[in-house]
Amino acid sequence: MTISVREVFETAKMTLFQNFDIRTTTLGINLKDCIHSDFPRFCSQVYERIKPAAQSLVREAKKLEVLYGVPIINKRVSVTPVSLIMETHAEGEKFLEMARTLDRAAKDGGVDYLGGFGALVQKGATRSDAALMEALPQVLSQTERVCGFLNLGSTVTGLNLDAVIALGPILKKIAILSGNGIGCTKFVAFVNAPEDNPFMAGAFHGVGEPDFSINIGISGPGVIREVVAANKDCDLTALSEVIKRTTFKITRAGELVGRELARRLKVPFGIVDISLASTTAVGDSVAAVLEAMGLERVGAHGSTLAVALLMDAVKKGGAMASTNVGGLSGTFIPVSEDERMTAAAIEGALSLDKLEALTSVCSVGMDMFAVPGDIPPEKVSAIIADELAIGVINNKTTAVRIIIIPGAKPGDLVDYGGLLGQVPVMAVNRFVSANFIRRGGRMPAPVTSMRN
Amino acid sequence: MNKIDPTAFDVKDSDKELSFVTVIGRDQKGIVARVSTLLFEHNINIEDIAQKVMHDHFVMIMMVDFKDSPSDLEDVTAGLQKIGQEMGLHIQIQHESLFKAMHRV
Repeated sequence: MTISVREVFETAKMTLFQNFDIRTTTLGINLKDCIHSDFPRFCSQVYERIKPAAQSLVREAKKLEVLYGVPIINKRVSVTPVSLIMETHAEGEKFLEMARTLDRAAKDGGVDYLGGFGALVQKGATRSDAALMEALPQVLSQTERVCGFLNLGSTVTGLNLDAVIALGPILKKIAILSGNGIGCTKFVAFVNAPEDNPFMAGAFHGVGEPDFSINIGISGPGVIREVVAANKDCDLTALSEVIKRTTFKITRAGELVGRELARRLKVPFGIVDISLASTTAVGDSVAAVLEAMGLERVGAHGSTLAVALLMDAVKKGGAMASTNVGGLSGTFIPVSEDERMTAAAIEGALSLDKLEALTSVCSVGMDMFAVPGDIPPEKVSAIIADELAIGVINNKTTAVRIIIIPGAKPGDLVDYGGLLGQVPVMAVNRFVSANFIRRGGRMPAPVTSMRN
Repeated sequence: MNKIDPTAFDVKDSDKELSFVTVIGRDQKGIVARVSTLLFEHNINIEDIAQKVMHDHFVMIMMVDFKDSPSDLEDVTAGLQKIGQEMGLHIQIQHESLFKAMHRV
């Protein structure tokens, strides 16, 4: 037989017992050629571009689930940053109308999220970018599937603090208009945002991308946790090796699915994003991997090293497995959506400060953490600015997905259910930095030669 | 110019359409009989068969060729899952290319 019983058993066991899956298949769609001076016609061209493509994605992805016996959890669509295609229609009402069109196209196409309602403002905002930002509260509270993003800085441009300041009140408004803050879960603030990221809420189809591309997110941490748990006594070198080997296998599965899907859809294959992404399922948690390494809870001293080791091993295994690793390719450590992260925050093991420290080695950012509703807007901007500074200086993607929950106090637990899970409300530093943040302007691009 | 084909690992060796049926659970009478009957009904050829006890699991794998089968894979999968439910076993079918991708450099 070409494959041994042991190898077949190993793979079958992963699917049956360890939440082995393909986390996401995201079809990037260029909308630039849908632009039209007649706005209703523009909208209908956008709808007609997205809906049939999304339907094909869902249909073919379902066939591959059966062929490979591997679940494909999410089928999604990302589009050209909407502020770009709206430059000649840059009015608030039209942004809302475009968002409703995208929402309908996603729904009728059968995808649960559509990413790309955002703008690239790393150096400054155009009139369209500013109008899009103003429209975000309405859009994210009145649509169901549309996700927004902003790229607020990069290592080559520096950090656009003016836009970060504007974002504080916008996020507070999103929280209030969406009632319990859930609108905030559909928005990501980035620096060095990748143009081919398949993961929501921050996915968009970058300007350097072709008309279509298929980008894949690999399986979650359940499989890695099993191998780490099975290797209780090995040292860090050996631990890195077993993580690397397992990542190789799951990345190969992702690459296989991506190539086959691209072939069937007759679109170019983009990248495999090797980020480990948790789900709320028990055991499918990045924090559970870290606990299996020997931490009592995430947030304990040693956590940053543990994330660094995990991250590096995942990258090495993934890079060997796929020629086209891209997207974020970090490790998601969302406070909700990951039951052991949630537990660590509830029990006080994980503070916002430690979360920020962890993101300096995990490349993805402060994700899905909740703060009290009475937080001043300048403090929201300051939290975002800190996280984004880490990315700008260290030449990596960082992001913030902050949930402001009106009426909530530190220690409260808000249940969003489903994919999003329970969100513990975390305490923020009580001291004030408003006078610093309000200075605005642009933090200049950093020197990249002196690396210490 | 010589081009490197990055998809080389998933190129098929023959015109066969190979998949693996995996059965995991408690050993009992009739497993091979029932699974092979179903495969026969769908005109699927069994190329090879192996079984082993691994980590307290009874594991049987069948390498099967779909080439001549007129059936939809969905129907075959549903039939296998029905047998699995009735006999208290995990049964699944997965294309050979998945194993080659995951277990061969």
